[in-house]
Amino acid sequence: MSVFAIARLELLIARRNFWVATAVLLMGLFTTVLTLAGGAPTGTLGVDPLTVAATSITTLSVYLIPLIGLLLSFDAIAGEIERGTLALSLSYPLSRAEILFGKFLAHIAVLAFAVAVGLGLTAGLTIWMHGTEDLSFVPLIKLFLTSLALGAAFLGIGYTVSGLVRQPGVASGVVIVVWLVCVVLYDLGLLGVLVADAGGTFTKTVFPWLLVANPADAFRLLNMPDVSVSVLTSGLGAAGQVSGVVGQLTSLLVWPVLAITAAWLVFRKVEP
Amino acid sequence: MTTLVIENAVKQHGSVMALSDVSLRVEAGERVALLGHNGAGKTTLIRAVLGLTPLTTGSIRVMGAHPGSRIARNAIGYLPESVAFHGSLTGREQLQHFARLKSVSCGVADDLLDRVGLSDAADRKIRTYSKGMRQRIGLAQALLGRPKLALLDEPTSGLDPVSRHEFYDIVEDLAQGGTAVLHSSHALTELETRTDRIAILSGGKLVANDALSALRNAARLPIKVNVTATAETVEGVAAELGGTRTNCLSVELTCQQHEKVDLLSQITGLGDKIRDVDVTPASLEELYRHYSATTQEGS
Repeated sequence: MSVFAIARLELLIARRNFWVATAVLLMGLFTTVLTLAGGAPTGTLGVDPLTVAATSITTLSVYLIPLIGLLLSFDAIAGEIERGTLALSLSYPLSRAEILFGKFLAHIAVLAFAVAVGLGLTAGLTIWMHGTEDLSFVPLIKLFLTSLALGAAFLGIGYTVSGLVRQPGVASGVVIVVWLVCVVLYDLGLLGVLVADAGGTFTKTVFPWLLVANPADAFRLLNMPDVSVSVLTSGLGAAGQVSGVVGQLTSLLVWPVLAITAAWLVFRKVEP
Repeated sequence: MTTLVIENAVKQHGSVMALSDVSLRVEAGERVALLGHNGAGKTTLIRAVLGLTPLTTGSIRVMGAHPGSRIARNAIGYLPESVAFHGSLTGREQLQHFARLKSVSCGVADDLLDRVGLSDAADRKIRTYSKGMRQRIGLAQALLGRPKLALLDEPTSGLDPVSRHEFYDIVEDLAQGGTAVLHSSHALTELETRTDRIAILSGGKLVANDALSALRNAARLPIKVNVTATAETVEGVAAELGGTRTNCLSVELTCQQHEKVDLLSQITGLGDKIRDVDVTPASLEELYRHYSATTQEGS
């Protein structure tokens, strides 16, 4: 039951600190704008409007979900060390795993709520504009579930950083760098090598797996249907066919487990 | 069963001996004050008892169990030296959270808020609390579930004198209920004199561990006797008794416990040459300095 006591307190703190409001506002605002903006061309293309919306929202979520995950988690261990509450919590009869998992439950709930509100707005707006005919909710549900997996991975990374650096100020800096590397620099680096390689063996064999090894890219590939027109995404689409849905799903499911396990291993060694 | 048994505890941080061969027992219902300068090893010892930091050698048992085990943690109430509860929670929310962790009903938490005098402020955010009020929240959570062992790290720092006395009443109640209380402090004040035993740590060594009166006797610190004469007689009094003149009216003398009565009868024998006599036993601060200093010379 200690897990739920921890989760309950973390939720209360997240609400009071406006983390919940911030996450919901970010997701709600961007999904609304993207749904409304993406709604215009779909009538003529005859493509399922929800699929189009889901595609734009995927592009956005690749940046936003890791960011929200890292922002929710960077303070989790470092902040408690600094305030002295960790030593106190550890004097109570509960394990470190319970503390970590309680925090994770609360943070993933905040993330799930924010994503659900965003996607709910998208569904509502689409129905309002196009009616319920020819709508497939599968892309939205897929987007929701993969968002949680992506978020969970970055929550775990955030806890690991928090436990390693032990200072909230430093932790916040490190997670921003992690975010930048994972969602921007990693892809840029791969693209650079891709251009240099000019269609050689790297492009055909190594690149697709390197791409899918990044949870953010696995998430993007899983949610990007083939209708996309941009050059970058069609390139990604081709790469996605090599690694396949299984590879992408594996990456997206293994990352949260690895990251949370790493966080637990680090947290176990933390002397408050 | 002895509530807390520390045997030959050694804690080494690199070349620094934070604790060297410390042995200490605290029985149920006993109150022990753990004294020492900053850096003497008090907090290290408490953290070792909590299982937060492993000992280099030696052993600690809390209710017969290893420190940090569930049995030990269930038995312990801990008040950290400096704790900053999350400012955006109310006192009640914070305390009820700890009650859930200890599997105690929330009603108990509300009663404890009353007990530490926070019932009026219970629903305000902790960030609006004064330092003393935060300390009370800390004390309240340490009392949850009637712990078998209360570890209070510098509990009275930041409390005003009235709160200190209320605090001490609470600790006394706790001890009467069978809780072993170990509280640390960096100075020997009136509060520590109300404990059953005083343990003094200096440079990681336990240099004293006894009741206050026994420590006083063993230290053999001189008693100060201040004799007030008149402006005319002070020269004669000083000549007769020895001692030093402190001003143009008084003479200060020192003596050991066993010489006190003789000295006093000698003084009263002076009749109306003197106006007043003050007898001051060694102060707590002097006693504490005496024990802290003995080891520093030895080491």
